[in-house]
Amino acid sequence: MPTISMTVNGNAVSADVDVRTLLVHFIRDNIGLTGTHVGCDTSQCGACVVHVGGKSVKSCTMLAVQAEGADVATIEGLASGDEMHPMQAAFKEHHGLQCGFCTPGMVMSAIDLVNNNPGADEATIREQLDGNICRCTGYHNIVKAIQDGASRMGG
Amino acid sequence: MSETGIGAAVKRTEDQRFLTGAGNFVDDINLRGQSYASFVRSPHAHAKIKGINTSAAAAMPGVLAVLTGEELVADGIGPLICGWNIAGKHGVEAHNSPPHHALAVGKVNYVGDHVAVVIADTKAEADDGAEAVEVDYEVLTAVVDTATAQDNTIQIHDEAPANLCYDWEIGDAEATDAAFADAAHVTTIEVINNRLIPNAVEPRACLAEFNKGTGDWTLYVTSQNPHLHRLVISAFNQVAPEHKLRVIAPDVGGGFGSKIFIYAEEVVCTWATRKIGRPIKWTAQRSESFLSDAHGRDHVSKAELALDADGKFLGLRVNTKANLGAYLSTFATAVPTYLYATLLAGNYTTPAIYCDVQGVFTNTAPVDALRGAGRPEATYLLERAVETAARELKIDPAELRRRNYIQPDAFPYQTPVVHQYDIGDYGASLDKACEMADVAGFDARRKESEANGKRRGLGYSSYIEACGIAPSAAVGALGGGVGLYESADIRFNATGNVTVMTGTHSQGQSHQTTFAQVVSEQLGVPMENIEVVEGDTDKGPFGMGTYGSRSLVVGGSAIVKAADKIVAKGKIIAAHSLEAAEEDIEFADGIFTVKNTNKSLTIGEVAFTAYVPHNYPEGLEPGLHEQAFYDPVNFSFPAGVHICEVEVDPATGETDIVRYTAVDDFGTIINPMIVEGQIHGGIGQGVGQAMLEAAKYDENGQLVTGSYMDYTMPRADDLPSFDVGTTSTPSPLNPLGAKGCGEAGAIAAPPAVINAITDACGVAHIEMPATPEKVWQACQAAE
Ligand code: FES
Ligand code: FES
Repeated sequence: MPTISMTVNGNAVSADVDVRTLLVHFIRDNIGLTGTHVGCDTSQCGACVVHVGGKSVKSCTMLAVQAEGADVATIEGLASGDEMHPMQAAFKEHHGLQCGFCTPGMVMSAIDLVNNNPGADEATIREQLDGNICRCTGYHNIVKAIQDGASRMGG
Repeated sequence: MSETGIGAAVKRTEDQRFLTGAGNFVDDINLRGQSYASFVRSPHAHAKIKGINTSAAAAMPGVLAVLTGEELVADGIGPLICGWNIAGKHGVEAHNSPPHHALAVGKVNYVGDHVAVVIADTKAEADDGAEAVEVDYEVLTAVVDTATAQDNTIQIHDEAPANLCYDWEIGDAEATDAAFADAAHVTTIEVINNRLIPNAVEPRACLAEFNKGTGDWTLYVTSQNPHLHRLVISAFNQVAPEHKLRVIAPDVGGGFGSKIFIYAEEVVCTWATRKIGRPIKWTAQRSESFLSDAHGRDHVSKAELALDADGKFLGLRVNTKANLGAYLSTFATAVPTYLYATLLAGNYTTPAIYCDVQGVFTNTAPVDALRGAGRPEATYLLERAVETAARELKIDPAELRRRNYIQPDAFPYQTPVVHQYDIGDYGASLDKACEMADVAGFDARRKESEANGKRRGLGYSSYIEACGIAPSAAVGALGGGVGLYESADIRFNATGNVTVMTGTHSQGQSHQTTFAQVVSEQLGVPMENIEVVEGDTDKGPFGMGTYGSRSLVVGGSAIVKAADKIVAKGKIIAAHSLEAAEEDIEFADGIFTVKNTNKSLTIGEVAFTAYVPHNYPEGLEPGLHEQAFYDPVNFSFPAGVHICEVEVDPATGETDIVRYTAVDDFGTIINPMIVEGQIHGGIGQGVGQAMLEAAKYDENGQLVTGSYMDYTMPRADDLPSFDVGTTSTPSPLNPLGAKGCGEAGAIAAPPAVINAITDACGVAHIEMPATPEKVWQACQAAE
């Protein structure tokens, strides 16, 4: 079993893992950060989105060994102390979550979406969000939250 | 209205944990020494099991046990049950009920059926072990089609001749025939209600543990109703006695009905954990969810609507074939009967209704309640029939509905199909919806679309829904095996804060916030001093759980009843402390006051006195801790009007929902932000059914829509933003005046969308889902 090392939320971590271990399982089972979720087995739902090197990645599409030495950020690392990231705060303000299961992946995708499209309008947000499935909200409030989150991040 | 009381759009207290990755879902929980289960599933829809060879699997690395149906039955584990008996036509007293073992015995009946379980040290080893189990099948011809299952020469179960579970009827056939004899016009439609797969984003999961020291089991499970899980696993599956089994449903990532049911995996893991002496975890892969979560809908129906010369509805006659799948899931039998045909009056005064339903077995996954459960099927059928009648008679569809509405002064209104509606004002919702949707400006918008080579259509859906199934005695009389009350337990702590426990369980419905608002309003305690606890059979009182839009109506009412008891006892304590007569104590906003004086005590002070009863009323028990069970006198009946406007590109069949307006009457609303969210989500699922989603089996019973690559889930760019409004006629039948809101969107949306698309294309009907291909063909046909 190879030893894999990376930085997760600014902390150096390493573990011995089976080569077939996916990054999402490394994060959940080896590091014990269970905020990143698994919602499918075909890389379609986006519940597992994290940032690798600042870019959003479906962590079920990547082997842990491929993230050797990488800088990984998960939902647990977003807030600074008690202060939520502006995107987290916007999701709360606009009721952008119900059951909360898709939420970590949504928030991580939303931040990358805004980084890539700072002034995105509703249509762009909807189009760019199509890698993330939410069964609860009908997306209405998620879209509103991302619009507001974008301006909070910009300001 | 206070800032956090009833009616305030309070931000959710749940959000902190979900937004920071601190939610606690079943798969997030790990126990020391935990092992993993992997299920061997049937690759065939219908086959005899001639033999199972487990020896190769048992010898695989890490494998702890390989168990089959034979061991399960030998250990006396009872079959999975269906909890609602349906009596049939001609005095038949019970539906046909073939046994459903948690692991197959002798035969498999659908692709995904459970054949064996492999338990191993790691998940990967369990999966590898499952691959190594050799099963010798004799493949049989599969029965798949809903409409023809009864005529199929293949019979799936010995107990069910002609693959019939029941042939059931409701209403007055003779009176309905007479109504048709007098009719000036009869509208006839044939519609399919497409089969759906629930797809909560959190897959089902369970984690079972047996403690040798105490002889207790703990089952963590993705459940909407942990107490019901405990009851069924004890009383029927006989895995563990009820008092020795603790069921915990932690955070649940969406359910929509699919997590009501007691599934094979949960029973097997709870049984096997004691056998192997280690905790066992099972988490569904999404492909397993597609195969084995209970599916929804799947009706094939014919409806005839009789009208007089003025367009008044005289009679409705319906026949429905309902696919129940290979076995009966927990509430399967009730969905196409009492949850469906009793809603066929809709908002209308139709005096005569008759419906018969044939529930059939097929070699497909079990079908059970899914968001709306029977009511979307009824609403779709009725609103398609009404829309079709309006077009045939060239009456404006809004006007035809208005002419037939039950009027506000006619309540309580007894329909010909069981229900007595409590209150409503359907015309008010229609007026408001038409205004919000700018129906007056539609013709101009249509012309503009046509000028651009597009087609535009408008579709109405006027719905009623029955939620909070009740009362228990009526449920029993109709064949239900359970009571449908709810419980609440309010415990003041000595320091003045409050713990509230209920038997419901949120899967996204925001009970933690909503129930705290109710308690805050009733007892005058700030929300931050109120903790709502659900989902643990060791913590709260027995309750029936969350489904059928019942939690606020029934559970919230139980909370009000328990709060009333707290106030009543508080008055006795306050009277003693303040040296006044009990009748002179008034309670408001958390303060007990002696009438017409400034002598008062806060409820926190009263609570402290109750726990430190040094100067205390003689004979009164210490403590401030009350419980209530609430059994409603009737269902509640939310209703509303949704209007969908679409633009269709006839060259491609592509359909855009350009405007979606919902006006709903939910009576008293506790938190409008949360209610709007429920509506949005429901509409999202309804639009999914109307335009995108369909579970498809091929003729061999293979599920061809078994992943997110093949089953089209609504995504952000498939849906518009929604315009949501409300009207309000508070229910007189529960203390909050509330009506359920969780399912309304999924009930109302499908006919609104299909009425709009068929209007745009100029065709009588398009079967759901109205994919671009079907819409394109319709446009071609119309030309
Ligand atoms: S788990 Fe579904 S996309 Fe990664
Ligand atoms: S909030 Fe439940 S899946 Fe998105």
